[in-house]
Amino acid sequence: MKEKYGLMAEFSTHEELVHAAEKAYEHGFRNMDGYAPFPVEGLAEALGKKTRLPLLVLIGGIIGGLGAYFMEWDANVISYPINIGGRPLNSWPAFIPITFELTVLGASLTAFFFSLGLSGLPKPYHPVFNVPQFERASQDRFFLCIETRDRLFRGDETRDFLLSLNPLTISEVDK
Amino acid sequence: MKDAEAKSIIPDSKISPLGYPTNLLEPGQTYESVNRTIAEIPLRLSAPKSWWIGAIIAFLLLMMFLFAIAWLFIKGIGVWGVNIPVAWGFAIVNFVWWVGIAHAGTFISAILLLLFQHWRTAINRFTEAMTLFAVSCAGLMPLLHLGRPWVFYWLFPYPETMGVWPQFRSPLVWDVFAVGTYFTVSLLFWYLGLVPDLATVRDRAPRLWQKKIYGIFALGWRNSAAHWQRHQIAYLLLAGLATPLVLSVHSVVSLDFAVAIVPGWHSTIFPPYFVAGAIYSGFAMSLNIIIPVRKVYHLEHLITPRYLNNMANIMLVNGMIVAYGYFIEAFMAYYSGDIFERYMMFNRAFGPYGWIFWSLMLCNVLVPQTLWSARIRRNPLTLFIVALFINIGMWIERFVIVVTSLNRDFTPSAWAMFFPTRWDWMILFGSVGLFLTLLFLFVRLVPMISISETRELVAEPQRANVP
Repeated sequence: MKEKYGLMAEFSTHEELVHAAEKAYEHGFRNMDGYAPFPVEGLAEALGKKTRLPLLVLIGGIIGGLGAYFMEWDANVISYPINIGGRPLNSWPAFIPITFELTVLGASLTAFFFSLGLSGLPKPYHPVFNVPQFERASQDRFFLCIETRDRLFRGDETRDFLLSLNPLTISEVDK
Repeated sequence: MKDAEAKSIIPDSKISPLGYPTNLLEPGQTYESVNRTIAEIPLRLSAPKSWWIGAIIAFLLLMMFLFAIAWLFIKGIGVWGVNIPVAWGFAIVNFVWWVGIAHAGTFISAILLLLFQHWRTAINRFTEAMTLFAVSCAGLMPLLHLGRPWVFYWLFPYPETMGVWPQFRSPLVWDVFAVGTYFTVSLLFWYLGLVPDLATVRDRAPRLWQKKIYGIFALGWRNSAAHWQRHQIAYLLLAGLATPLVLSVHSVVSLDFAVAIVPGWHSTIFPPYFVAGAIYSGFAMSLNIIIPVRKVYHLEHLITPRYLNNMANIMLVNGMIVAYGYFIEAFMAYYSGDIFERYMMFNRAFGPYGWIFWSLMLCNVLVPQTLWSARIRRNPLTLFIVALFINIGMWIERFVIVVTSLNRDFTPSAWAMFFPTRWDWMILFGSVGLFLTLLFLFVRLVPMISISETRELVAEPQRANVP
């Protein structure tokens, strides 16, 4: 027998999916994921998903800003000091625009690369794509997949649990 | 097991107290109809005839652009009309114009997102693409204006053998960082929003090679709740970051002028006045693009009159701010008591370039007043014409600021006129060709409306119909 990744239930509306996710979380499942063609409000929370992304973005922004000011200070005070109209070498107000721009740049690069990177993307292959109707997850259907690695996962029992949520279909996900 | 088809019930369109239809989506739209309408355009193997005509014209203009650039590189900037005292000519006018156009994209995608304005849904992808392409055109202009463009990288701080570093007190160096950051952030924002839609196109592709190509760019997106969570947080944070960024970029551009002591440039109103002007021209350009595309691709049920009406309203407001800027510029010139400032203003309106100043007033102040009429705002054709006037007007505005300030400054013996050469015009229209070529490719290859956000509107119809 082929190894399985999990069991996947298909729903037709996002309300049903959120309801199912809440039920599954209540039941004690943790290693599961919901799939929806648009960001469903409250779904990630219902599944108990958390993310540290905002903190990382803050750190990225701070590094960008400090790095920018250091770069300007080093270039115009240490490496290549020029006296322009008697202004101080470390003329900080003139250094603010670039400090600001690079703060934004640092934070944005972090937001972009970490939002994809923490999700493990790019990732061309994933077991869920083996389910034929999963193509509709990006179009008009809503899926809940309980993974075999969850400590409460017991083949038929889990299938019965998913059936109690009244889905359209239930499919086994091949690894 | 339940009925397979999820349908959304969108109430019939209401009419707002201001007299425009309020719905953001025509009634009767389902997930499937939205997916099909948007995703089928890039997947189809043929394109409408009007696409071909437009794309060929744009491509020819692009070829002219490359030709003009080649000649410029061979001969140097002496082929342009610029000289002392008018050392900044079309290249800088075009630069400011293009950066300005870019601003509407970020305004729509970032500021309206933060303000929960759902009428950005069908147009944000479009205007973000417009931002990218306009910034590309803008970024080329100062590079072409460099005497030795092949050493453009001297603008960047890097440890080199000459031991020379950029002068960070100069607004021209700020520009490099502002425009560079702006382009990068716009690109990230645009692509992040695009990833889920590329996945939709991938999953709908009927041919394997299309599946593969869109699959590569979709990065393996699988619509997981955990991914959506990070995606939404990143998207919101990028919007929050892009909002002050967009205000800073045109402010920095305006400081290129305001920091100088030239009469007509040395003015504290410049940053806000430039930003308002930027959003003004950006919305005008968005309308000039969206109105024809909406018609050619039959997207009227997704880009409803509500969108056009709201964009016209924003344009009207920004037009009033810009008009106020013109007024304050003239008033401050008079009130300063400075003879050079006073003469600059007099020369602007009644000097040799006076007719250009008055056409600016016509295009940017007078014609947009027609937008007070709901009938003009709701008719795509009249709106298109008004937007065209504003686009031309905003280009003229930058010409007036750059050229009429420089051509007669402090010393009358140094006064001289500026006359553009054919190479100046070829660069201007050529850059329009670059912009349009990129835009035609975008419309052909990428889902041009955010499919996932439109699905959200289908799922929550009450959002689609707010007054």
